[in-house]
Order: sequence, then structure tokens, then C-alpha cells
Amino acid sequence: MGFVGDTVESIRSMQIRQVLMQIISLGMIVTSALIIWKGLIVFTGSESPVVVVLSGSMEPGFKRGDILFLHMSKDPIRTGEIVVFNVDGREIPIVHRVIKVHERQDTAEVDILTKGDNNFGDDRLLYAHGQLWLQRHHIMGRAVGYLPYVGWVTIIMTEKPFIKYLLIGALGLLVITSKD
Amino acid sequence: MHSFGHRANAVATFAVTILAAMCFAASFSDNFNTPTPTASVKILNINWFQKEANGNDEVSMTLNISADLSSLFTWNTKQVFVFVAAEYETPQNALNQGSNLKGKEFNLTMHWHIMPKTGKMFADKIVMTGYRLPEQYR
Repeated sequence: MGFVGDTVESIRSMQIRQVLMQIISLGMIVTSALIIWKGLIVFTGSESPVVVVLSGSMEPGFKRGDILFLHMSKDPIRTGEIVVFNVDGREIPIVHRVIKVHERQDTAEVDILTKGDNNFGDDRLLYAHGQLWLQRHHIMGRAVGYLPYVGWVTIIMTEKPFIKYLLIGALGLLVITSKD
Repeated sequence: MHSFGHRANAVATFAVTILAAMCFAASFSDNFNTPTPTASVKILNINWFQKEANGNDEVSMTLNISADLSSLFTWNTKQVFVFVAAEYETPQNALNQGSNLKGKEFNLTMHWHIMPKTGKMFADKIVMTGYRLPEQYR
């Protein structure tokens, strides 16, 4: 009886250890991804160092589904630069080109007007109600690098959320059923 | 170790790694290109030069722009965005302050932004000095 009890005990403790190991390795994967993401935020100086192009307003330069790498420095924003900005009250960032910059005399404040390359008019229609210019704090970063087509994964996962749940479910299943 | 899932995973990981390396190499090859662009801008005519209702001056001019930007293009270039900007200074040293510009000296700068097929984006400019706005509004 004691022998059976010991064996059951050892098997149960092994299973608990295995489950704990799996939980810990999952936690390590998630935290290392988080470390890389936060490290990128610090390294590029931008709150969102990688963005996906969602519309065709910058064609033929950027198409829907491309990803852009952003960088934010203290350098002044000049015309011609491609910037990514958030309009107050909207969470979707917009990627357009700066076409006008007005610098105020006394403070270092700048007024910025943007326009998409493929759009007919400037972005005043997109700004918040009554807003005519962007300020520096609206700008999340300048586009410095670009990769085509990679952003389609994000677009598909956002627009068809069931694919996101499918992927997470499949990954979870893989983690649970794998022996190591 | 040789199940379909393992093999598919190995192939996919390898393919993505190679693709990323190729994109990086393509972008890196852009550094070896030494561009030698030329540009010249002539003002053919000042169409009008007036004071607007909001206090700013407005000038319309016809330019003759000739430029050779072919050395900017590499095999990794998708599009070059080119524009000409007029820049000048005022006593308050603010950029683009648009009033009281009679007789003002200004530079015409040709900017270009290179948008690659993949990778790092470059931008540069040529500054051409010595232009002057007319002394009187017309």
C-alpha cells in the first residue's frame, strides 16, 4: 500500500512540475516579446515604433498592408517628411506627408499641415472639428524604413477577429499538448 | 521530429529568416550608391505678388525647373518624391512667416525623398541661392 501510494505521489508531483514548467516557459516567451517591444519604443523614441499602412492614400509609395518603422528625434519637423500622427479622439494612426510648416516666433511651437500623396486635398477634413493644424505632440514619429506586404497579417487579424482567436487557440493547443 | 507540423514550421521559419536577410541586404546596398544629382531653377515670370486678406503675402511664379535625378535611382528604388520649396529669413527668424516680403531674398531648395522597394528611406536636397522677390506688389 505504501509502495502504491509512493508511486502515485511521484507521478502526480512530476505532472505538477511539468505543468509548472510549461507555464513558466510560456511566461518567458510572452515577457521576452514584451521586452523587445518596449525596448523598440525606447530605442526609436516613438510610442508606436512599427505601424501598418491601412489606406491607399500614399500610393504608389506605400500600399495598404505595408509596415513602416518610425523614429522620433528632437529635430524639427520639416516639409516633405512622412509622419505618423494621431488625431484627438481617434486611435487609428494616419501616415501622410508634411506639406506646410509654420514656426511661431517666440515659442518653438510649430503648426503642421499634412496631406496624403494620393489624396486630392489636404488633411484638414481628417483633423478634429475646428482643428486646422497639427502640433508636435500629435506626431508619433517620422517614417524612416519600410517593408512591403508584412502588415497584411495584422490587417487580417484586425478585420476578421475570428482568425485571431483561431491562431491563439491553435497556439495554446500546441503548447499544452507538446511534451516539452 | 519529422511530422508534417515540425517540417512546415522549420521551412516557414527558414523562409522568413532568409526573406528578412534579403530585405536587409537590399536596403544596405543602397548605401553604396553615390548620387550626383543636378538641378537648376529659373524664374520665368512673376505672375502676381499681392497682400492677402489675412495679412500674408502671396506670390505666384512660373519656374523652369531642369534636373537630372537619374543617379538617385537604384534597383531598390520605388519612387522619388521631389519638390521645390522657397525659404527665407525674417528679423524674427521664424520659418515661413509670410508677411512683408517686398524685395526679399530667398533660396529655392529642391528636396527629394527616396522611397525604396524595401528598407531605409533617404532624403536630401540641393539649395539654390540668389533669388529675389520684386520690390513692389504687382
